[in-house]
Amino acid sequence: MTPQSDALLELSGIGKRFGGLAALSDVSLHIRRGEIYGLIGPNGAGKTTLFNIITGLYQPDEGGFTFGGAAYAHCKPHLLAHAGIARTFQNIRLFANMTALENVMVGRHVRTRTGIWGALTRNAAARAEERAIVQRARELLRQAGIDRPHQTLAKHLSYGEQRRLEIARALATEPKLLALDEPAAGMNATETESLKALLQTIRASGITVLLIEHDVKLILGLCDRVAVLDYGKKIAEGLPDDVRRNPAVIAAYLGGEAA
Amino acid sequence: MMNKKQKPMIQEMIFGNPSSRKAWFVFAALAVALLLLPFATEALLGRGWVRIVDFALLYIMLALGLNIVVGYAGLLDLGYIAFFAVGAYCYALLGSPQFGLHLPFWVVLPLGALLACAFGVLLGAPTLRLRGDYLAIVTLGFGEIIRIFLNNLNAPVNITNGPQGINMIDPIRIGGFSLSGTHELFGITFSPVHLYYYLFLCVTLLVIFVSLRLEDSRIGRAWMAIREDEVAASAMGINTRDIKLLAFAMGATFGGAAGGLFAGFQGFISPESFGLTESVMVVCMVVLGGMGNIGGVVLGGALLVLLPEALRNGAGPAQQALFGKTLIDPESLRMLMFGLALVLVMLWRPAGLWPSTQRRRELSPDAEVAHQEQESVYDAAK
Repeated sequence: MTPQSDALLELSGIGKRFGGLAALSDVSLHIRRGEIYGLIGPNGAGKTTLFNIITGLYQPDEGGFTFGGAAYAHCKPHLLAHAGIARTFQNIRLFANMTALENVMVGRHVRTRTGIWGALTRNAAARAEERAIVQRARELLRQAGIDRPHQTLAKHLSYGEQRRLEIARALATEPKLLALDEPAAGMNATETESLKALLQTIRASGITVLLIEHDVKLILGLCDRVAVLDYGKKIAEGLPDDVRRNPAVIAAYLGGEAA
Repeated sequence: MMNKKQKPMIQEMIFGNPSSRKAWFVFAALAVALLLLPFATEALLGRGWVRIVDFALLYIMLALGLNIVVGYAGLLDLGYIAFFAVGAYCYALLGSPQFGLHLPFWVVLPLGALLACAFGVLLGAPTLRLRGDYLAIVTLGFGEIIRIFLNNLNAPVNITNGPQGINMIDPIRIGGFSLSGTHELFGITFSPVHLYYYLFLCVTLLVIFVSLRLEDSRIGRAWMAIREDEVAASAMGINTRDIKLLAFAMGATFGGAAGGLFAGFQGFISPESFGLTESVMVVCMVVLGGMGNIGGVVLGGALLVLLPEALRNGAGPAQQALFGKTLIDPESLRMLMFGLALVLVMLWRPAGLWPSTQRRRELSPDAEVAHQEQESVYDAAK
């Protein structure tokens, strides 16, 4: 493999400690452009911690990562969003008292520039930009299948809609990499199916997807490659089918859950 | 789309292109009422009440400024009156016999607003990581620091005159036209309280205009996103540091401008006018009126200035009429009634007297009913 040429996100030797607990140790991954990459592992394996590091919410104690060839560790979240990493959250974090449309419009913030002056004067440029923001937001909401977005507060949407709205909001930032933290959690079979279709559309539009997921069927049906974390270490990486048969992975899941 | 035929939003009524004749009528009626208000007040209640209305406008400006910080960006600021003080002292020091400087009002007022803006950033910068109750305590301390400084900057070098305050502040003069004199215009006699009323009204309308435009803009949405969820906002690419500082700076600028107007109007200021009570009062106006909703904040500001005065003037005569004598001192009864009114309003209308559509829906049990009420800005814009 020559990851350098086609790697979009490359993590090398990431380590993170919380007090005495090593949440992550020496994790290295490379995610190629245009693929759907799955990150799985038992609860508490460090998946979300890793997510928080690549989106700038946590700073790694060791190691670093490059995104699109440039080093980005120890960067503020908004700079990473600007660089092209967008995310959703495991426990949905929408702007609850804003409408669905406004939520997605906030996502356009990073790609637009109207400041105080434009807001006050509403000059031609500001009005054109605002129109473009609304239009793009409506497109994304249509794609995500959310009705009456301008009338519904985010918190009054159904659970599945809230998940999809978070994805639409993330897409509004025009990401190169879309990082989804358990997007199918709590969804029923139909909702999961429509999510799967949405993710395939997203990939088809050229966006790389990084996915944390528990739903093994979804991972197998969707991901090009998968990495498995256990106790903060990477224990396997490869094609979904290979990973599923990996004895270390089976031990981690069965041992961890005692199911 | 669906709800297009509803009554126009207040923004539209005041500034947009009112689509219907009804909106024009409301607009015209409102304008006439505002123009005639000081004369009507004087005829019905006496000149003292025109002065109270002037104060109400000053407090409305303050409340609107604080609304940007508290209502939009969700940052609880309990020291807001400090910016009012900065603006007032800037005006007083540069336009009074204190230093013998008599700079014109159009220099001093913007300078005061600018200085307050700088203080806003000064307060904002170290508190960026704080939220909620922690932020409230720090801002409270900041407000007290400013007041204590003003109180003690009379030694070793006398700058502020300490607790005695600054006297004989220049009135606001536009060209050779002093607002502190009585003028005869178009056959009508305007006394100073009338003239200041019109000046304050213009500034208040400007502040409302700025607030409305900011609310419905990229910046306003970023403020609200930070209020709703700061982590998600930063993950969406909002530079939370800059946007929060902007909120502090904008709020403080309005406070400073109101302070300058206050100093010119009053002719005398002392640190006493800028205590914690005043800060709390402005927060009450915002919360009681309806956080984040311009109309609510204006209503809150007007009520909280007018109500105590009405109680002060009405409590004595009312007791005379009821019991034949004054049982309780009107002054103490006034604060008792006022406190009671605040408690009752917050119990019955927890989102404020006139909440923003969104907060109203938040507290409404029936989301579907709430949907009907929502008149979308974006639909109107479409």
